[in-house]
Amino acid sequence: MPIEPPVSTPRDLSEAYALLSDGAGWRPIAGGTDLMVQITGELSEPPEHVLDIWRLDQLRGISVGHDGATLTIGALTTYTEIRRSSAVREHLPALAEAAATIGAAQIQNRGTIGGNIVNASPAGDTLPVLLAADAAIVLGSARGERTIAAAGFWTGYRETARSADELVLGVEFPLQSGRTLRFRKVGTRRAQAISKVVMALAYRADGGVWRDVRVALGSVAATPVRARETEGVLEGAAARKSSADHAAATIVREITPIDDVRSTAAYRRAVTGRILHRMLREEGGW
Amino acid sequence: MGYRFSVNGEAVDLAVPGMRRLLDALREDLALTGTKEGCGEGECGACSVLVDGAVVDACLVPVCQVEGSDVRTVEGLADPATGALSPLQQAFLEAGGAQCGICTPGMLMAGRAFLDDGGQATEGAIREAIAGNLCRCTGYTKIIEAIRQAAETPPKQGLA
Repeated sequence: MPIEPPVSTPRDLSEAYALLSDGAGWRPIAGGTDLMVQITGELSEPPEHVLDIWRLDQLRGISVGHDGATLTIGALTTYTEIRRSSAVREHLPALAEAAATIGAAQIQNRGTIGGNIVNASPAGDTLPVLLAADAAIVLGSARGERTIAAAGFWTGYRETARSADELVLGVEFPLQSGRTLRFRKVGTRRAQAISKVVMALAYRADGGVWRDVRVALGSVAATPVRARETEGVLEGAAARKSSADHAAATIVREITPIDDVRSTAAYRRAVTGRILHRMLREEGGW
Repeated sequence: MGYRFSVNGEAVDLAVPGMRRLLDALREDLALTGTKEGCGEGECGACSVLVDGAVVDACLVPVCQVEGSDVRTVEGLADPATGALSPLQQAFLEAGGAQCGICTPGMLMAGRAFLDDGGQATEGAIREAIAGNLCRCTGYTKIIEAIRQAAETPPKQGLA
């Protein structure tokens, strides 16, 4: 039988904050799709104390701000809720696409966007979408709330800017008209696969020129990353084959993938260049 | 006082650690061994059950999170009064949608969730609905056929 660490179920956020600040090293559990694997003790050290936040319903839901400028998703919103949300499908279809590639129905019904953020796997499938969309992560604690740009959240392998006494409350996506956001995951099969490479690409095609380019990747470095050198190659460049060739050659050099059980560094480099090139070609239409 | 929820419509009150896997609570504490453990890490779907209508892997859900919920397992599919198989179970039998049987309870529950959702029973939709359930014997064709057949079975008169 797996380890069954003690669990507390706070009734509201302030109770959760009080426990998190008592120094006992609580590990929050949301939908459990990552943490419940850890209690088997086979893959990593199981947590000592678990804080069950599943009932904190104020952390659920998807809303578009009154000014239409921001889409906010609560941390406990599941992948099923995200992929079925008309607001996400209208304003952020790449995120609905990403949610639909995670696990299968059983995982999508429990796994949450907040869990994906805090679990901080370099292969977390929604995380490149957050980076490419310039999303911001909202954290809360007894000390108050703060917002961190996704680009500054994943600080090292499975490390984040979250303090031990904080909970991720949600994520805010700025909605910019005229900006395209695209998603592509490469895995062994369509369902239940951890990615070999996952990419999100954002841009504005402004009079045949790439603008506001973001190229974000998972499974090619110790954290989800933006390929800033590649973004620099594309920014302001003409949407032609030559700039796509240059960008693809740059990203292959820029990323730092490893060989592991799912893939090889060489394959990851090659496929990353190809999927970037293909996305650019589809937009450029040459 | 323990965790209260219902399993196949019957109220249960379990005084067990909150982080006990729903899978272990069902099998060890409630003796409902129809739900199988395959991988224990959410890859294979053998332990699929419904929690408030949603299909989940029972190995990934702690008991503390089903407090107040309606849990359905493979034991709840047949008619509790007569023992008659549900149309979905009958279709698995007729189409030959089972071989060794380990994946079958999970396949049935994923199929149940899919049918309850009421979507079009196309091959693609059925494949997606059971994408989280691994079968190592049959190759899925007959399982997909069975679910399609059940989708086409008109509901019986008089059944709620």
